[in-house]
Amino acid sequence: MASETIALHGDHSAPSWSGGSEPFKASYGKLMMWYFLLSDAFTFAGFLIAYGALRFSMPSWPVPDFVFSSLPGGIHHKPLIFVTIMTFVLLASSFTMVRAVQEGQQENKNGVVKWMLLTIIGGLMFLGCQAWEWTTLMGSEHMTIKVNPFGTHTENGVYLEDGHDVKKGDTFKAGTSYLIHQHDGHFQHLAYKVSDGPNAGQTKRLEFGPKAFGALFFFITGFHGFHVFSGVAFLLIICLNAASGLYEKRKNKYEMVEKIGLYWHFVDLVWVFVFLLFYLL
Amino acid sequence: MAEVGVKTREDILIEEQGFNDHFHDHHHGDKYKSGFLNHYVFSMDHKVIARQFLVTGIIWAIIGAAMSIVFRLQLGFPEESLAWLKPVLGKWIVVDAEGVGKLSPEFYYALVTMHGTIIVFFVLTAGLSGTFSNLLIPFQIGARDMASPFLNMLSYWFFFLAGVVMFYSLFLSTGPFSGGWVAYPPLSALPQASAGSGTGMTLWLVSLTLFVVSVLLGGINYITTILNLRTKGMSMWRLPLPIWAFFVTAILGLLSFPVLASGFFMLIFDRSLGTSFYLSDIFIGGQALDRVGGSPILFQHLFWFLGHPEVYIIILPAMGIVSEVLSVHSRKPIFGYRAMVYSILAIGFLSFIVWAHHMFMAGVNPFISNFFVVFTLIIAVPSAVKVFNWITTLYGGSIRFNTASLFGIGFVSMFISGGLTGIFLGNSAIDIQMHDTYFVVAHFHIVMGVAAFFGMFAGVYHWYPKMYQRFMNETLGKIHFWGTLILAYAIFWPMHYLGMAGVPRRYYSFDTFDAFKHFAEMNKFITVSAILAFVIQLIFVVNFFYSIWRGRKLTQKNPYDANTLEWTTPIEPIHGNWPGNIPSVHRWAYDYNKDEREFVPQYEPLKEGEVGDH
Repeated sequence: MASETIALHGDHSAPSWSGGSEPFKASYGKLMMWYFLLSDAFTFAGFLIAYGALRFSMPSWPVPDFVFSSLPGGIHHKPLIFVTIMTFVLLASSFTMVRAVQEGQQENKNGVVKWMLLTIIGGLMFLGCQAWEWTTLMGSEHMTIKVNPFGTHTENGVYLEDGHDVKKGDTFKAGTSYLIHQHDGHFQHLAYKVSDGPNAGQTKRLEFGPKAFGALFFFITGFHGFHVFSGVAFLLIICLNAASGLYEKRKNKYEMVEKIGLYWHFVDLVWVFVFLLFYLL
Repeated sequence: MAEVGVKTREDILIEEQGFNDHFHDHHHGDKYKSGFLNHYVFSMDHKVIARQFLVTGIIWAIIGAAMSIVFRLQLGFPEESLAWLKPVLGKWIVVDAEGVGKLSPEFYYALVTMHGTIIVFFVLTAGLSGTFSNLLIPFQIGARDMASPFLNMLSYWFFFLAGVVMFYSLFLSTGPFSGGWVAYPPLSALPQASAGSGTGMTLWLVSLTLFVVSVLLGGINYITTILNLRTKGMSMWRLPLPIWAFFVTAILGLLSFPVLASGFFMLIFDRSLGTSFYLSDIFIGGQALDRVGGSPILFQHLFWFLGHPEVYIIILPAMGIVSEVLSVHSRKPIFGYRAMVYSILAIGFLSFIVWAHHMFMAGVNPFISNFFVVFTLIIAVPSAVKVFNWITTLYGGSIRFNTASLFGIGFVSMFISGGLTGIFLGNSAIDIQMHDTYFVVAHFHIVMGVAAFFGMFAGVYHWYPKMYQRFMNETLGKIHFWGTLILAYAIFWPMHYLGMAGVPRRYYSFDTFDAFKHFAEMNKFITVSAILAFVIQLIFVVNFFYSIWRGRKLTQKNPYDANTLEWTTPIEPIHGNWPGNIPSVHRWAYDYNKDEREFVPQYEPLKEGEVGDH
């Protein structure tokens, strides 16, 4: 591609917007990456707005502290610890990416390859974490794209049955979340009695939470994960190219590394929004 | 150089004042000549890609228009037998025992849907913006080619692939998608909703997703090229107006198509993976579906966040083309160049905050509607600025009434007629009556259908010599223009009355409505006009293809005495566009009849004491 593309080797003394030069002092390739990221930002914005619209049309939403509280090794009730580790790994990979770009600007091939490899490892670790999180949610908590067993109490009440982690007679308050566990492949919708309010005294059963919670979670984190995955693939290709000395010959300060760096930081930035919406709010 | 030995003033100016970009130091210019496949098929040359977009667009336009003729036959002549169409349409024409053939209602809806999809996306987006952005951006800004010719090539082939998938869907036994080009759920989300909602809709989604990729690849390229590859002296305020229009069009596409893509991805999940982003409270055969919690309005928001900028993606390139054509052929500077640019920018910006005016009747909060009414009506301001500027450009000019300028003037006529009805529809209160009637059909067909086609025709007739080194036949062109102008009004003018009487759009037949029976003759008139208009377009098609080989030859570089840079390139196109230096630019593109000279091209340096630009 590069050999067929036509670059202007403009007169750099001319005022930047009057033609014959690059107004942002950025090559066309870098500009294209920026515009691609701009359009991709709109794609994610579409998803996140859909998330907002659906979430606010629901009477209740599972509390993230309750949903995301498992750790590998059978540890439970440690809210957001695992996702914090995940997020830290991803943000750290952004740091290693910055170092790779820096080394590229100093035309230091070995430095570029080293820091890019670390970035790739960071990306793979994040993907591994996501795989574990999805497996846990789907495998042991039975949340799928169609069924969401995480609900939130809207009334105070008392359980009338023994469940997986609750006993008959346990009380709960409105606003706390629950998980409907499976028993022999069937969801156990525990019975409870409402203790106050207009429905006091009525007997009800736990209901599934809003379907949109599970669907949006897998859809949006999946789409983000796909971006991370493609990022890792591109990082790998560019890392191999850098190692082969291809960019050294181009003498453009490893611009390709800088471009994939822009993408990688963008993917990180998107994660910050996903993290905020799904795990914190 | 075409004129061997003799150096014209132009050659000398370009050589001496020109801008040496060391193009020939790369020694790869000839690569593009090698091999049929690289030159004509997977070409990376913007001029070839432009022609690929144009010819593909013409083929799709014929298919899309032919579809409209079939459903107009049903609307105009519901009693007549369509059995004669059986050899073409097969099982979609149901012939009864007496030999009377009827168009099946499912296929009627499929035709309406496909007509809309094809004309909006394949013809007026790819065929219009794809053709002229590719042709004119490098030519008029003085660039060797697009920033990335490779992505440019991919942009065309993704469009081509989208076309193949859509074309394939026409031949499914269940028919193509039939839920309207806007693809609202649940018709689009539940495969069991209608015949076309199954495989037809799947292919529709695949095709349009490929199309989004094509638009993004093209758009990123156009923006970057315009910003980074302008020749020396070509400041943004010296860009010819088509380039400004393509620039803003590309930005609109870049920001709105991704949102359509997000809507599509969620739709794909709803269709194939059982999520309920857009579905809630659906009953099929009395049975409630286990798909709750979604919102069909959400899809409408995501769709129209593209859908409204999309109509400007269609009309802005036509506006840019018409500005250039009218200025060149009335031998006058464009009136209010800066106002033209600011109004393009204003339209571009406003187009993003008016989308819900398509949804006044969809259950949107009336208070929110107020917001959208206000901004919708504000769009009339920059639009009117442009209209007045076109008229003032023509005023007092020595107008050459050739086909290109006639279509330019016709564009202005259509844009006014269609724009005025937009003011009706932009009011949410009047929309209660007008919504989903033929009034809407008339409005958008005139303002973004016919008008955009007129802009496209103006461009094709005007730049045909730059594409094929020959002219199109003027007599046939004028027949084409007058026929199209009269028949377009004959088709769409009466529809306003139908709409005001409340005749709903998208209905298969009005037999059972007493209130609409007396419109039968009017529908007949519309159908006859539509058939004639279709025949007139065939004259254009014949003219187009005949002229490629037999048209009058282009014998001089600058046949219209125009100022822009594309007319300084050699008659026989070469890769890299200019054989030597790129001309450098010293003035805006519209110095017509200035200082006793009929035209002063952009590469002419300012004379001593001359005040440049505008």
